[in-house]
Amino acid sequence: MPVSVGWVWLVVALPFAGFVVNGALSFLRPDAKRAVSTVGVGVLVLSFLAAVWVASGVFAAPPHGHPYVVTLWSWMPVGALQVDAAFQVDQLSTVMMLVVTGVSALIHVFSVGYMRKDPSYARYFAYLNLFVFFMLILVLGASYPVMFVGWEGVGLCSYLLIGFWYENRAFANAGKKAFIMNRIGDFGFLIAMFLIFQATGSLVFTDVFEAAPQLFEVGGTTITLITLALFLGCTGKSAQIPLFTWLPDAMAGPTPVSALIHAATMVTAGVYLVARSNVLFAMAPVSSFVVAAVGAATALFAATIALKQWDIKKVLAYSTVSQLGYMFMGVGVGAYAAGIFHLTTHAFFKALLFLGSGSVIHALHHAYHATHSHEDAQDMRNMGGLRRYMPWTAGLMWVATLAIAGVPGFSGFFSKDEILAMTFARGHEAVGFYVLWGVGAIAALLTAFYMTRMMLYTFHGPNRTGADEERHLHEAPWVMTGPLIVLALGSALGGLLNLPAVLPGAGWLHHFLEPVTEGSAAYLPELHLEHGTEWTLLGLATLIAALGILAAWQLLKPARLLPAREAPTESGLQKVLLRKWYVDEVYDAIVVRPVMWLSDRALWRGVDVGVIDGLIVNGSATAARAVGWIGSRLQSGRVGMYVFFFVLGSILVLRALLR
Amino acid sequence: MLLGPSLTVSVILFSLGVAGVLFRRNAIIIFMCIELMLNAVNLSFIALAQQLGREGQVIVFFVMAVAAAEAAVGLAIMIGIYRHKSSLNVKEINLLRG
Repeated sequence: MPVSVGWVWLVVALPFAGFVVNGALSFLRPDAKRAVSTVGVGVLVLSFLAAVWVASGVFAAPPHGHPYVVTLWSWMPVGALQVDAAFQVDQLSTVMMLVVTGVSALIHVFSVGYMRKDPSYARYFAYLNLFVFFMLILVLGASYPVMFVGWEGVGLCSYLLIGFWYENRAFANAGKKAFIMNRIGDFGFLIAMFLIFQATGSLVFTDVFEAAPQLFEVGGTTITLITLALFLGCTGKSAQIPLFTWLPDAMAGPTPVSALIHAATMVTAGVYLVARSNVLFAMAPVSSFVVAAVGAATALFAATIALKQWDIKKVLAYSTVSQLGYMFMGVGVGAYAAGIFHLTTHAFFKALLFLGSGSVIHALHHAYHATHSHEDAQDMRNMGGLRRYMPWTAGLMWVATLAIAGVPGFSGFFSKDEILAMTFARGHEAVGFYVLWGVGAIAALLTAFYMTRMMLYTFHGPNRTGADEERHLHEAPWVMTGPLIVLALGSALGGLLNLPAVLPGAGWLHHFLEPVTEGSAAYLPELHLEHGTEWTLLGLATLIAALGILAAWQLLKPARLLPAREAPTESGLQKVLLRKWYVDEVYDAIVVRPVMWLSDRALWRGVDVGVIDGLIVNGSATAARAVGWIGSRLQSGRVGMYVFFFVLGSILVLRALLR
Repeated sequence: MLLGPSLTVSVILFSLGVAGVLFRRNAIIIFMCIELMLNAVNLSFIALAQQLGREGQVIVFFVMAVAAAEAAVGLAIMIGIYRHKSSLNVKEINLLRG
């Protein structure tokens, strides 16, 4: 093991140290913003540097067969269950570690500008540091329980940061919604862990994946159940159908949080989990197809909703759900490297889009604040023409838009194309994969359309912010645009990591991750496409992206848009899309209301008030009083009666004695 | 002194006392009936002491002492009740009814 890999604990410990210091500062010196920024950003930069150092060791001597496992201490030595607090450093966790620390460091820098005026500045950085700590445990953990600690920890931080402005009731509720929906998924993860332990007697990754081929038969019931339960966990954490509705609501948190947790890192944990457990998923073809199908369905479904949203962050939120669907499609068809590739590129361009939207919201918020107006600073109908006021943000967001839309040369093109190509390549096995490919292609078209729509309405056409507000609009400070520039470089050039097979220097990431995915290769068909087919698919992807962008450019007229307060109400399909296919309403009707009814009528009024209070608490009192009443009837107050009973008793006693 | 008739008298006196306590309403009369029962018991003690030794005669003195003390306390209570209620009818003395 290279020396640097042994220091991997430092990567994890630094953000935790930042959390401790910032947490203490938030109580003791909430106004020491300079100290908070130094610590909060400093630990992340150091953590990223440490991660690079660890990664350099992995690059120099890539582990083959057995990953590097750094054991810190024995955590749960309970009979057959032996779990160590250990980190696993292999190609997959190295990629994730670099993405997490790199993007987090940039977003921490951005936050210094974005949250500058917030009174809870120290608390914000404490939570953000804690999040990175847990996220690193998640991606570096060497066993399911250690990963689960990170999995729950990031869920906690997500809850804390969504409800960061907890004085607002709707924001606090959004936090609760996210937490509860994640708990539903976590239940699946727990069940999967129990099943894995029952079947293999271990929860350590290396043991489980080595034992799996001997213990399970391909497509058997146990392995299918395990993987489906794991995937239930993924749908919660990664916002897939049916548990996706929390993610758009999670936009209640500060925008850098949306960028970090709800776009770049935490929500991709599910993809990471599937890629990490690739041996198990490859042995369960049914589960894998479910993963791919749910991913494709989510990609299309969320993309349709994104078409009609007016809130800039909601567009990006549904776009995230949609892109996560692509990732699951990738790992579902067995293209694990492609899924991780899209995860990486998505982390760049979606973090960029969110941070850019943060700059926009920041600008509008200040403009409305200056004029004491109460308009919605996130509604695109109140934007328009912002490229004249914030050219850097506009230009950098266009880079990300071209990347996510899949314009050739940008990172998203290569990663999305690889997922679609791999899905297409499995079409000869079952026609279902062609259907998935078609769904993915349509979603790609919609992606290009809604992203162009967002850019048009935000940055082009006339300004609709308001005459007085216009002169207060300004470009974000450098501490905010700086991270955007770095992310834009990643969005533009990220494709170089894994070029298509037809280009020279192709598939670097694919080859790099091969030691991790080789266990599953035996169960998957060779995913290979003819060069002609691959060129055709590349051309088709280009055409789809161009079509989406041009259609939006031609069909949408930003000049005719009215500000939010003057806008007419939508009707028909537009309204259905605006209201998100009424999924929230449906969940409300079939889940929330019955649960509320059950809690209110049955559990509260029935069980608590009726049975516990009425029958048990008050009932025992009533019974005691009834017995007492019977006893009190004997105390008639008539002395003669007392004496009569006394004499009667005496006679009976005497009779008994004299017998 | 014959044992049989003495005990017979004692039983008759005791029964009269019991009946008086049970059926009379006037507290003074009930009190007197209690005294009657005590003296019936005294009589049986004396009668039996002839055959069983002299301890019975000693106990009679104890009973008489207790009866005297009881009379002092009991009559004081009667006076208290009468001052309070202007009546000694036990049917009306029922403050402790449940």
